[in-house]
Formats: sequence, structure tokens, C-alpha cells
Amino acid sequence: MTAAFGVVSISASVRSGEVRALDVLDAHLEVVASHEAGVHAFNEVTAEQARVAASMIDGIVAGGGDPGPLAGVPIALKDNLCTAGTPTTCSSKILQGWHPPYDATVVQRLAAAGAVFVGKTNLDEFAMGSSTENSAFGPTRNPHDQTRVPGGSSGGSAAAVAAGFAAGALGSDTGGSIRQPAALCGVVGAKPTYGLVSRYGLIAFASSLDQVGPFAMSVADAAALLDVISGPDPMDSTCLGEATARSASRLGSGVEGLRIGLITEMQGAEGMADDVKARLALAADALSGAGAKVDQVSVPAVTFGLSAYYLIAPAEASSNLARYDGVRYGLRAPGSADITDMYLRSRSAGFGDEVKRRIMLGTYALSAGYYDAYYGQAQKVRTLIVKDFAAAYENFDVLLSPTAPSTAFEIGAKSADPLTMYLNDVFTIPSNLAGHPAVSVPFGVGDDGMPIGVQVLAPALAEPLMFQVAEVLESLAPPAPLSASRRSLRALGAPADRGAAL
Amino acid sequence: MSTEPVVPAPSSGWETVIGLEVHCELRTQTKLFCGCRNSFGEEPNTNVCPVCLGLPGSLPVLNRAAVEYAIRIGAALHSTVQASMFHRKNYFYPDMPKDYQISQYDVPINAGGWLTLPGGRRIGIVRAHLEEDTGKTTHVGGGGRIHEATRSLVDYNRAGVPLVEIVSAPDMRSADEARAYVDELRAILVATGASDGKMEEGSLRVDANVSVRPAGSEEFGTRCEIKNMNSLRSLGRAVDYEVSRQIQLIESGGVVSQETRHWDEGAGRTASMRSKEEAYDYRYFPEPDLVPVDPPEEWVASIKASLPPMPSERRERIAEMSGLPAGSEAVVTVVRLGLDDLVEAVGAQGADTKSVGGASPAVAAIAVKRAANEVASDLAGAANLERSSFAKLVRMESSGQLTSAQARTVLKSMLEAGGDPEVIAEGLGFEAMESGGLEAIVDDVIAAHPEEWARYSEGEDKLAGFFIGHVKQATQGKADLKSASALLRSRR
Ligand SMILES: [Zn+2]
Repeated sequence: MTAAFGVVSISASVRSGEVRALDVLDAHLEVVASHEAGVHAFNEVTAEQARVAASMIDGIVAGGGDPGPLAGVPIALKDNLCTAGTPTTCSSKILQGWHPPYDATVVQRLAAAGAVFVGKTNLDEFAMGSSTENSAFGPTRNPHDQTRVPGGSSGGSAAAVAAGFAAGALGSDTGGSIRQPAALCGVVGAKPTYGLVSRYGLIAFASSLDQVGPFAMSVADAAALLDVISGPDPMDSTCLGEATARSASRLGSGVEGLRIGLITEMQGAEGMADDVKARLALAADALSGAGAKVDQVSVPAVTFGLSAYYLIAPAEASSNLARYDGVRYGLRAPGSADITDMYLRSRSAGFGDEVKRRIMLGTYALSAGYYDAYYGQAQKVRTLIVKDFAAAYENFDVLLSPTAPSTAFEIGAKSADPLTMYLNDVFTIPSNLAGHPAVSVPFGVGDDGMPIGVQVLAPALAEPLMFQVAEVLESLAPPAPLSASRRSLRALGAPADRGAAL
Repeated sequence: MSTEPVVPAPSSGWETVIGLEVHCELRTQTKLFCGCRNSFGEEPNTNVCPVCLGLPGSLPVLNRAAVEYAIRIGAALHSTVQASMFHRKNYFYPDMPKDYQISQYDVPINAGGWLTLPGGRRIGIVRAHLEEDTGKTTHVGGGGRIHEATRSLVDYNRAGVPLVEIVSAPDMRSADEARAYVDELRAILVATGASDGKMEEGSLRVDANVSVRPAGSEEFGTRCEIKNMNSLRSLGRAVDYEVSRQIQLIESGGVVSQETRHWDEGAGRTASMRSKEEAYDYRYFPEPDLVPVDPPEEWVASIKASLPPMPSERRERIAEMSGLPAGSEAVVTVVRLGLDDLVEAVGAQGADTKSVGGASPAVAAIAVKRAANEVASDLAGAANLERSSFAKLVRMESSGQLTSAQARTVLKSMLEAGGDPEVIAEGLGFEAMESGGLEAIVDDVIAAHPEEWARYSEGEDKLAGFFIGHVKQATQGKADLKSASALLRSRR
């Protein structure tokens, strides 16, 4: 039954007229109605707008037209992507109530392809975090076990897909914010090459690292979503100027003869759980069994990634988040004596602790006299990582690592200790620093029965190859159960008792 | 702040050192990083969009036309036009929508260069870089003073308007020289097409770094940055005031501290705004939303080739044509007012005029003087002035058909209502001499006095008066004596 709820399958059956987009949407909204209170994947469910959009899609099909490659596919959007007229909050009090006057480029592209937006998903405030606990509107819970975190910062998007609230979702990934929650929620999540997808309308955290990417239940579905949102955009100067090969273009090609490197520095890492280690070894064996040449490879500079990241990302964030000053939009603290007082009070009231922590870190790193030692040095590490990856790719087609050091942890378990929390992104950060693509693929469950993800890393613009390998991994993965709420998605075509469901 | 007395600058013992930072708004159709219109004086907050309002998620895209203007400015200032990048300059200010300004830092688009003042002095240019303008804040209530205002209104129409900031070397030595620099720079900016040069509308804004040092010293004194001067006059006043203040401070045993000072036009003095300790730490870092700017060489070359001649070259050309010094007031005026073509017109017509062969320096000099005086004082009337008619008038004067007084009267009439100088002269009752009449009379007088002519030809200059006297007599005083003298010299 699950295949019927995939991105590619839904669109195919809606386009052929086999099922109605409105029925697909209602099936998902019923699950939202029954399970969202527990999961809290959304900051806002846009059911009414979604119904209007789905009806329009059905109208186009009925009229003999083609609504596009994502016809009727219910999609959840991370709440740091601007949506015209729909509140976009970044899960921060400072943006509460702000209605963007424009759509992000990726949102426009999804809509133009026929996607139907179910809602805006929860995140760690301004995408700063690895558990979605740093949300001003409360944490999101893992659909597989609601006592656990979904990962983050795109925890709401990962949870929405895992819970069956949407067939796919968009997130943003600055240091692992798509891949880590994908791993913890048992879905596929991909961070594309920097510049493959437009950032216009993505509310910036760290501009040189941020990239929008897809979540889906399968590798093919994730590739299909990426193919819709990627491509040149005149509104984003850092977006690549030319179209590239479709991400889905090499699906089904197998791994026979491919050289796959196991990153040595990402196996013995501190704090890495044994079950994660075991799954990675199993994945390597499986690929080897499928005809790939799997070997160890050292990428020494990745061990500096975390330190470099926690200088570069906060530095850029300290500048990107300066505009939330109470002058033009968002929260303005009342009763301020003068402009400086207004800045201080608005920002003190509007930002949460983790955001303030990173703004302070970044401000310090950029300060006169410290720039060279911190920001400058971190940029050198970045160059070094690119160099070490380049050396590895001389002998390997793609690289393999765990996505996260452990399965989903209990809510509250790490929130008192930011540094332990930061370690969650140790395997994902190097790809952001290098600007390379990487995807997390579910590969069985851990000792606690929670999902585990394996990460496939590829050189810049090698998305087709990356998805090719990811799809083989997916096909060889040990069984992992769907979440209870996704299992409750009713079969399409069956008459729905909408009144009861909503 | 107690009143600081204004003292006259001591005439000796101290040397003034001035460096200027000039912000020039570029005349692009659209803003630097978005498609909003770049225009002055519209309803507040009408030329705005997500990008120039710095709305969350918006991104800048560099305007090619602004880069082209910046290159034009660099080329005109003899700068090295180079691959460059943008940085963020971080500080909180309500009229700056992102609370950082996108500017250029250590790799500006134009590095180095110079301009030449009319007097011939060369002033160094350190850099000329691209950046975005801010919005404008108006304080309401309390008579418009910021500390008494009840609220502030911000207009973001100007936010994101492209600027080029031109930083001079500390090469100027007086307020007059600072004014001459700004005047010359303004003329260059207007010539490149990059700016309308309007200081009063704020499209050209000047900050001055001023210091003093004992005459003959090689080391610079501590400088103060003076802001808020919105005319050449206030620049001159502010610099003079600041120089006096610093000298008086030092002479009375004080020390100048590095600070930013605000020029108060009404009070006629500068007052401290921020000390060095209070100066912002701008936390510059490379702008991650933009890619480096690397203009292709051919593009830069074609931009350079398309530049019109700059004021200093034009002054040289007029000087060469007229024999007048390039720094002379008449030449400077002609170029400043763009009246070069009047002078050129005379040269162009010279060859076909029988009376005076070619565009001799003497003829061109007359054209320069008429342009710099009569035409310059009636620029509105200059529209009525046909280039060929002006050339004809100059020729009538140079050939002696009209005295200079008559020529000026005819020219004024032409400026008022246009028309042909010959017709106007006739209408005014100025007795028209035959074409070449003066020449014939001069030749007759020479022929009638061969002995005196021989002595004059051999160098007895005082005999010139003798010949002029005869010419005067023969024309009943109507001849233009200057032209007669010139003819006499040319026959020698
Ligand atoms: Zn704009």
C-alpha cells in the first residue's frame, strides 16, 4: 500500500485520473487530524488552501490538462521557506505573525509542478539545533516513538513524512539539518550540491552553507522532488547558472564496478553507537555484495569540520539575524525609551537561548582582532576539507558514512548540554563545508528499534550517482517498520468519511 | 558642548592635510541589488521590494549597469579596474534594512588613481568602490531634533541605491584645494555619465578627514572626520573651522583626539559625534550571498574606449587651441560649463573663412573669452545660440569688423533672441566694414610708411603705436585696435 503514497506514484495516478488529488489530500489530512496533536510536526496546517489547490489539480486533469510532475502530491514545507500570505516563523517569536509578501523560488517551483502544500513544519528556531526542541512553539516528537526527538533542525518536515502527514517535504540543511532528522525518522533526506537549488525565499541561517533539499519515503521520490526544485534562478547569485543532469537520471543502474570509500575518520568517532557502527558495516557489505568495490579511505580534514562549522555558521548567522530588530516587521517590544532600547528588548524577547548563544559566538568570531584567528582560520579548514575530499574522489566514486552517531534520543536528554548536541552533526557537517551533496538512506533499526540512516556522500554535482548508490542501499536495507500513523493512511479510492476524520 | 571660538587660521607654522571621501549616487535605472526604480523625490516607501527592504529570505543580485558606471568612474580616475568582491559592514541602524551594508572592503573594484586640479596639482585616489545606500530617517516632533523627537519615520526608497565611494589620498593642503578637488571630481563624475553631481539633492556627499602638522613635518597629525557638509561652501567653511580648532587646541597645549565630528551649518562649527573608542566594529566579512565580480577585460576595455574626454583633457585642448593657460579662469569656466563646442566651432569654420586664415590662437582666445563671459552669464540663452553664428561673430570681432564692445553687445542680443550677427550688427547701426576691411587699411598704412615699417620689422616695437594711430585715423576710430595690433604683428 505504501508505494501508492509515494511522490512518483501519487502523481502518476492523479495525472492518469485514477485517483483524485483531493482524495489523496484528504487521506493525509485524516492522519494529520488523528496524530498531529501527538507529533506536532506543524506550526500551521494549511488544509483549506490545500483543498483549493487539490481541486484545481483535479480540474486540470478533468479538463484533459497535465498539472505537472508533482500533480496532487501533498508536500510539507519547513517553516523557514517563505510562502506568500501564509505565516512564516522560523519557529521564532521574533517572526510570529509575519506574512511574507512572496513565495520562495522552491515553493513556486513545487506549486507550478502541481504539488499541494499541507502546512508549514516546525524546526529548531532559525534552523539552529539538532532535535527540534529549540522551537518557540514546542518540540516535535518522533512519529516512531513520541518520547524521542525527530532530530533537527528540519524535524517537523522529517516527522511529517514519517508520520504520513505528507508524501514529501522540503527542509534546509546547513550542517545536517535534513539528513540527521531523516536518519532519526527513518526517511530519505538529501542535501544537494551548494548552488543546485535556489535559496531565494529560504530564510538564511548561514548563507554559505544553507541548502534546500527534499524528504521522501524513497530514494526515487526524493530525487523526483529535487529535480523539480533544482536549476538556475536569477534571484540567487550563488545558484549555478546552468542546468545539470537530472538527479533521477541514473536510478536503476546498480553499483556494479563502482568504487565506494568508507570514511575512516567517521567510523571510530567518539560517541558513535555500536548499533550504528554495525549497520554501517552491514551497508558496506551489502554494496560489496551488489558488485561495488568497497574500501577504507581517509579524509583527515573532516575531523576539523565541527570546529570550523561552529565558527562559520554562527558568524554568518550573527549578520543574517541582525535584521530582526523590531523596526520593520515581527516582534517589537513595547515601551522602549529609544532605538537602542528597542533593539535590545525586542531581540531579548524574540530570540531563544540557542539563537542568542550563536549570535554571540558569531559576533565574537568576527570582531576586530579575532577575525583571523577564528573566521579566517575556519575558512582555511574549509579549503582543506575540499582538498581532502578531492583527493578521496580520485580513487572513489562515492563515500559512505553513518548519518548520525546514534538513533533518536529522548526528548530533553541533550538539551542541557549544547556541546553534546552539536556532536550530532559531526558526520554531516563536512559536506556543507565542502558544498557537496549527501543523502541519508534508512538502513534498518538500532537495538532500540529506532531507525538508523546511512549517508552517501558524492562530489559536487554528482547527485545522479549519489541517488544511484542510495537506491541500491535502499533495496538492500534490513526491514524497518513504518510509523503507526503512516500505517493508518487509508487506501486510496475508498470513500472517506470526511466529517468523522476532521 | 561649550562654545568653541572660531579663530582665524594662522598664516604660517602649520600645514593643513585633507583627505576626502565622496559618496556618489549612480544614475542607474534600478537599484544596486534589486529591480526597484532608482529615483529621487517620490512618495516614501514606494520604490521598495523584498530585497531592498531586507525581508527574510531575500537575496541581492548585482546590477550590471552599476558595475559599468563604477568602471567608468575608475577609468576616468586612472584607477586600476580589478576583480573585486563584496563584504558585509555590520552595524545597527534603523534606515539600514538588513542592519548591515553590502560594501567593498579589502578588494575594491577600483584601486589607486588620481585626478588633476585645474592649477595642475595631481591629487591621489586611494580607491573607488561600490556599495549600497541606506534609507532616510525623519524625526517627528520636538522640532525635528533626534533627542526630542517623539517618533521617527523611515523612507526606504533610497535603500539599495548604488553608490561609488571615492576615497582620496591625504593630498589636499587647504580648504580651497578641497573645494577644487570636489568640483573637479564632480565634473569627472558628470562627464562619465555616472552621476548628476547634485550635492544639494544628496547625490554627491562629502566627508572630510582633516589634520594639521607643523610646516615641514613628514608625519601626519591626528585626524578628525567631518560629516554633514552639503555644499562646496559648507565644505570650505567646515575645513577652515576645523583647521583653526585643531591649531588652537594644539597651541594651547591640548591634543587632537581622533573622532568623528558633525558640521553644524547654522552654528558654523563642528562638534564631536563619536570618539575613536566609540567607533563601530563593523565586523566585515565576505558577503556570502554574492559571487566575486570579475569583469572581462574586453568589457572593461570597451567601457574605457567609450568614455568622453575628461575635464582636464578638455582644458588642455582649449589651452592648446587658444594659447591661454589651462588653469586660467576663462578656460576652466568654458570646460566647467561645457562650452567647449563653441570654441571648437570657431576652429572648425576657420579654414573656410577668407578674412582670417584657420583657427589661430588669437581667434580661439576670443571665442574662449566670449564663451566664459557673455555666454557663461546667460546659460539659458545659450540654447538660442547657433554654433555657426557664434563662430561668425568671433570672426567679425577678430577681423576688426566689430570692436570688442560691439561684439559683446551683438552676442548679448544673440543670446536673448538668436539671429545672425551680421544682421544684428547692422540693425544696431554698427557700421559694417567690408570683409577684410581692416586688413586692407592696415596694409595701406604699412605701404604708406615703408621706412617706419622696416624699422618696426627689425624690432623697434614702440613704432606699433605709430601704425595703430594711423589705422585709428583711417577708420575714424571704429577699428578694433586689438585686431589691428594683431594684424600688424602678423605682417611683421
Ligand atoms: Zn527593491
